[in-house]
Amino acid sequence: MAKFLLLKHYRGAPAAVNDVSMDKWTPEEISAHMQYMQDFADRLEKTGEYVDGQALAPEGMFVRYDGEGRPPVTDGPFAETKDLIAGWMIIDVDSQDRAVELAGELSAAPGAGGRPIHEWLELRPFLTELPTISE
Amino acid sequence: MDELLLRSLTPGVLGILVRRGAGFAAAEDAVQDALVEAVRVWPDDPPRDPKGWLVTAAWRKFLDATRADTARRRREDLVDDEPAPGPVPASDDTLQLYFLCAHPSLTPSSAVALTLRAVGGLTTRQIAQAYLVPEATMAQRISRAKRTVSGVRFDQPGDVATVLRVLYLVFNEGYSGDVDLAAEAIRLTRQVAAAIDHPEVAGLLALMLLHHARRNARTAPDGSLVPLAEQDRSRWNTTMIAEGVEILQAALARDRLGEFQAQAAVAALHADAPAAAETDWVQIVEWYDELIKLTGSPVARLNRAVAVGEADGPRAGLAALAALDDSLPRHTAVSAYLTERDGDLPKAARLYAEAARQAPNLAERDHLTRQAARLNSRL
Repeated sequence: MAKFLLLKHYRGAPAAVNDVSMDKWTPEEISAHMQYMQDFADRLEKTGEYVDGQALAPEGMFVRYDGEGRPPVTDGPFAETKDLIAGWMIIDVDSQDRAVELAGELSAAPGAGGRPIHEWLELRPFLTELPTISE
Repeated sequence: MDELLLRSLTPGVLGILVRRGAGFAAAEDAVQDALVEAVRVWPDDPPRDPKGWLVTAAWRKFLDATRADTARRRREDLVDDEPAPGPVPASDDTLQLYFLCAHPSLTPSSAVALTLRAVGGLTTRQIAQAYLVPEATMAQRISRAKRTVSGVRFDQPGDVATVLRVLYLVFNEGYSGDVDLAAEAIRLTRQVAAAIDHPEVAGLLALMLLHHARRNARTAPDGSLVPLAEQDRSRWNTTMIAEGVEILQAALARDRLGEFQAQAAVAALHADAPAAAETDWVQIVEWYDELIKLTGSPVARLNRAVAVGEADGPRAGLAALAALDDSLPRHTAVSAYLTERDGDLPKAARLYAEAARQAPNLAERDHLTRQAARLNSRL
């Protein structure tokens, strides 16, 4: 059993095959997309593979310690060039193959024209606690 | 109310109901109902035969639930408020339950969850906490597992190897919630060992005890990894080691070697050395040769390369390593270690850093990063 993080990017991932920005979709297309994601999460809950998932706002900022007694430094909203995470989902599956299979399914969410987006999702394994036997 | 007693009786009662033909899920519901009843009744009126009481109560709960005739049920309840102890078959139905929970039709994670629930008697919440997943997730995993095995015939002998595999998975799980999964795996393996006379069951139990005995020495107070050679051997649990060695010797004497016995033999040789430098590496290499013959496992080949490096020097270890696929987990870490012992520190530092990037868990990554930093600061 292993946990994986599925990362969905606003920016920073390679371009999707069906790369039309969401504001140019029809409202129905957006609903179909959201429904697909919800159905996907519901299905994983039923298989016992779902751990957690959230969408993230695009307006993040970087924050840094700036020395004793000073307020933290922030650099405000992300600059255009930065990577942006749109949301994440954590799954707990039996193998990396299963994680890849599920990420592939999620990437097939419908987009403009009702066709799959084929977007790139980032798949990152969790570093786990130490197994009992490791010597 | 003795909660441990109830927990130890539960799997046997569940096994009897399933053996009598109750579906797995229905049987479990009935046993839960009977346990609730026991908690209510026993403090004032303790039964002479707790297991018989539970079997009778659970069987009646099961019949209640499946019977459509509610009027008759009510009448019978009036007549028979307290169940009399019924006969309990002498055969060990718990064992059948182990086979069912480890059934090959289940995925490993489902088999583990079902085993902890049904034979371990843990609550879904405890299992979910141990595996760091939401309780709803674990509940779904368990109920799917129950559905998967619901059509499985219960009267066929199961495969001991699959049961051992599941118990080994439980033991090797690193997480801990309020339940110590390693200790739980040992408890369950003891049950199986008491029921089945099989050298590999004994081998697995010995292996678990020998590893568990070193647990306190394996990590520093700050959580960092302490390699075997640097462990404070006075912190090893010698009672547990003695028990493990005794069980292993009895198993080996039967001359039916299996992979768990071979692994336990390696663990016993480590446990037996008063100091790391006195480890009998020559014999450890021989046991890895046996293990490779039995399993062909690439991990065993990698461990053998480490042992060869200790027995015959780092050059010999690196030669053994060169014959292996370098995509094996921990291949780079072993290469780094042997390269350092061979004296090429810059190369070893680079290999440690690379191994840290590939590490499968935090403790190993931190450990390998420290090794790289240690060498780099000396260059």
